[in-house]
Amino acid sequence: IKDRKAAAAAAGPSSSEAPVDTSASARDSDTVFPKLESIGYQVGQRLIERLTKEHARFKDELDRMKFVCTDLWKYLYDKQIDTLRTNNQGTYVFTDNLFRPLAFFSAEGVDQYYPQSGRFIAFPCGIIRGALSALGIRCTVSAKVLSVTCCVFEVVVERT
Amino acid sequence: MSAKGKAPLLDNNKVNADLIKLTYGALVAQILKDYEKPEDVNKQLEKLGYNIGVRLVEDFIAHHNIPRCLDFRQTAERVQQAFRFYLGFQPAVGNWAPTGNEFSLIWDNTNPIGDFVEFPDNLRTLQYSRVLCGAIRGGLEMVQIDVAITIAKEFLLGDQATELRIRFNKRLEDALPIGED
Repeated sequence: IKDRKAAAAAAGPSSSEAPVDTSASARDSDTVFPKLESIGYQVGQRLIERLTKEHARFKDELDRMKFVCTDLWKYLYDKQIDTLRTNNQGTYVFTDNLFRPLAFFSAEGVDQYYPQSGRFIAFPCGIIRGALSALGIRCTVSAKVLSVTCCVFEVVVERT
Repeated sequence: MSAKGKAPLLDNNKVNADLIKLTYGALVAQILKDYEKPEDVNKQLEKLGYNIGVRLVEDFIAHHNIPRCLDFRQTAERVQQAFRFYLGFQPAVGNWAPTGNEFSLIWDNTNPIGDFVEFPDNLRTLQYSRVLCGAIRGGLEMVQIDVAITIAKEFLLGDQATELRIRFNKRLEDALPIGED
């Protein structure tokens, strides 16, 4: 099995090993992230269709945001978003203090692998964007990893 | 992955089945966009599965106190057990070749990862379950068994079941790196 390493590297984002060299992260943000995000987008859209099947009509935007933070998140990660804050002008901030995809990160390797954390949150960002778009809210979603397991999503609703 | 996607699992190590299936579907769609030819996509899926299998086998052995398999039938049982453990969906083992070196894993009337999937006619050569084949091959390769796997039946293409045909090729000998005795 001589080229196992090469095969692992070629598997790209699906590979669980994060390459150590940081030059990869620049390439990542151009090509890999948008793809991961768009995969998440599709998944988010479809999940919402299933989840809202028997849900009553939503009152307003905040109601939908709450649905994403509670029901969707519970469905995906078995827990709710810890805090949802808004400035009432179309910006919402979701904070998850124990974000499941990051739960297995080694605390010691934080500095070394910090740039790689983006790989793990691009997909959930896409899910949020897809879910909200299926709920009729067009928005942009960005995320930051604050500490080892804490992830903050910022949702900015596009007003036309 | 949980067998029923309805309720999220409380077990920390498990992931919602619907999420996995939808994600895999979206992933296949993305790979198809990137590579265009279904044949190339099959190769990528195989590679993806292979990498999963290579890593998963260690975890599987760590979780189960299993003795050495003495014949291929026991190996088949382990593969079956692994599917139950990781997918929550146990295939039937059957259709043994008289020589005992070839068997099938069969999921009746379902594809374990193929809910929500519709196949367009122009993609009939796409092997959606290829990732499973890759995973089995990768996993067995790590325990020195070389197998060849074909997809005999595909539920998504209108067959009655999903059937993976696994043929024993040879026992792999430990290959030492050059210069080390």
